[in-house]
Amino acid sequence: MAQIRIENVRKEFGAFTAVESSSFTVEDGEFFMLLGPSGCGKTTTLRMMAGLELPTSGEIYIDGEEVGQKPASQRDIAFVFQMFALYPHMNVGKNIGYPLISQGMSRADARKKVVEVARILGIENILNRRVGGLSGGDRQRVALGRAIVREPKAFFMDEPLGALDAEFREHMSEELRALHDRMGSTTVYVTHDQLEAMQMGDKIVVMDQGVVEQFGVPQEIYDWPATRFVAQFIGSPPMNFLDFHGAVDKGTSKVTLGETEFGMPPLLEGARGDLIFGVRPEHIRLDSVAPYKGRIVATEYLGTTQIVSLDTPNGTIKARIESHEKARVGDVTGMHFDPRTVTLFEAASGRALLSEANQGVLHHG
Amino acid sequence: MAEVTLTGVSKAFGKDVALDGLTITIPDGSFVVLLGPTGAGKTTTLRMVSGLDVPDKGHVSIGGQDMTGLTPAQRDVAMVFQQYSLYPHLTVRQNLEFPLKSPLHKTPQKEIDLKVNEVAGILQISHKLDNKATALSGGEMQRVSIGRALVRNPSIYLMDEPLSSLDAKLRADLRVEMKSIQAKAGATILYVTHDQVEAMTMATHVGVLDHGKLVQFGTPREIYEEPVSIYAASRLGQPRINILPASLFSGAPENAVDIGLRPEQIKQGEGESSLVRRVEHLGDQTRLHLVFKDHNLITVTNAHTELKSGDTVKICPRNPFYFDANGARIA
Repeated sequence: MAQIRIENVRKEFGAFTAVESSSFTVEDGEFFMLLGPSGCGKTTTLRMMAGLELPTSGEIYIDGEEVGQKPASQRDIAFVFQMFALYPHMNVGKNIGYPLISQGMSRADARKKVVEVARILGIENILNRRVGGLSGGDRQRVALGRAIVREPKAFFMDEPLGALDAEFREHMSEELRALHDRMGSTTVYVTHDQLEAMQMGDKIVVMDQGVVEQFGVPQEIYDWPATRFVAQFIGSPPMNFLDFHGAVDKGTSKVTLGETEFGMPPLLEGARGDLIFGVRPEHIRLDSVAPYKGRIVATEYLGTTQIVSLDTPNGTIKARIESHEKARVGDVTGMHFDPRTVTLFEAASGRALLSEANQGVLHHG
Repeated sequence: MAEVTLTGVSKAFGKDVALDGLTITIPDGSFVVLLGPTGAGKTTTLRMVSGLDVPDKGHVSIGGQDMTGLTPAQRDVAMVFQQYSLYPHLTVRQNLEFPLKSPLHKTPQKEIDLKVNEVAGILQISHKLDNKATALSGGEMQRVSIGRALVRNPSIYLMDEPLSSLDAKLRADLRVEMKSIQAKAGATILYVTHDQVEAMTMATHVGVLDHGKLVQFGTPREIYEEPVSIYAASRLGQPRINILPASLFSGAPENAVDIGLRPEQIKQGEGESSLVRRVEHLGDQTRLHLVFKDHNLITVTNAHTELKSGDTVKICPRNPFYFDANGARIA
């Protein structure tokens, strides 16, 4: 049980800045995701929160206590790594109970706790088995058991499902989330997989090149990205970006690309120069009479939906439509963009322009 | 390019049966993706065609010619593996040229240059042609190894999870590229993957393997919309198809044991109540984890649903699948 507050935390390794000054708060009981591509600083951030790395500057508060310069052993947290390291010569029960025994708990008390944890994880029937012969899933459950048995204030997980194959990964991610919901303990989780982050997280921090690009609840980040980076990193396929040169005024809800005028949420600031019109694939409707035209160059069947790629004057656009809708490669068709969902970006900075729709949800670090 | 057939191919490794009388035809000019969990026999099938392994029983033929006794080099196949294997002391250009420089082919240098530049463009590595292979990132090395197969014009391309080590964006780009290269060139490809999006989007045909046997062969749409069994139905679709006792809902045929419901086969707002256990906002859609008469199921609803965990929602089947006691589809 813990609230974790990061204030202006920064980390340098020699001349290299791994994490630029960052601030965000993990509320008590949240499942909190640190998301970004490799090298973005998410693991370094997690390691600083856990005390495995000390920040160059800034403060870290766990339940109001400043712990920034304290090592992990003094923070009462548990860390679960991608590669689960178990003691091969011990059975499952001894592996789970090890942290308790090494803290000096009596064998009888430890045994009681181990059985309780094993029941939560559904592995009480294998407590006497050697870990050597276990399946990947059971090994992962044992590693989790060893982390939760101490009842730490918070869990830190660094891509714990990264090494598993897709089918099993989906199953384990559900199990992990369900476990969290039963125990209610604060969990901070690092991943590069945007779908995993959306699926499991109560809140997400998106990082790129050491900078916190945005944090908030998953759907808000998806709907109203603060930067172009977030818009393309989250969503598959990513948001479509139509580059254009022009000017928009504060208060306007119309923008002209080429000869076509498009609606959008009213802007709270104006801009001019190189701009980007952003629209997500599922907010595009193919409509033969719409004036903005594209030629279909590819279709990808996905079961319920299909992805249609279109060549347009502003580059390739991908639309997600129902799989029973007609879309033939080679055909020219019109496109309609849902005006309520549009985001404009400044090309140079990649920053989203403030509008009536996204004000209030753009939280930068 | 050529048609490839396997007839009654069996292969065991010690006590493990990898292929069990597998019969499959890869039509000329098709893009066939093999699907199945680890151990279903996907990679072994590739190795049988390539000649890296030899069947215990049965035959492999390429373009109507029996391959028995022929080495990989004699079979005119091009392979791409999950783990890239490049010549580290050569540049990217030299690696790509290598298959064309074989004394067997005697390809003129002008033609080689043309081909290498074209393939490098497709794979977005033109600017790296003069780099040493070892100076590339993992994703770039994998593109070079795909490129090395593409510069050739073999009877068949054999690919074993070639995109699995690449990042999501590049994977999405290459999916579209591979499909268009295949369609334009009329290439025959046999492709193994765990990734069902790759299978659905690229394949002209999907072969579903179960314990070394082919259990269904058809277009991705056929496998998705008309699966022959629970096993085949579970290969495609995200979230996975829900398999529940048929007796939970009225209207099941007499010998139906299980009912199969993909999200689009679950009508919301009608029927009996289910409890919302968890709501996952994925951006473009929202997943609902439901409990219906003590059974868990997952369905999909619109992105901005008001539903929260603890709410109830009525559901009923819409054109569901029914399966018998053996998991075979009966309706």
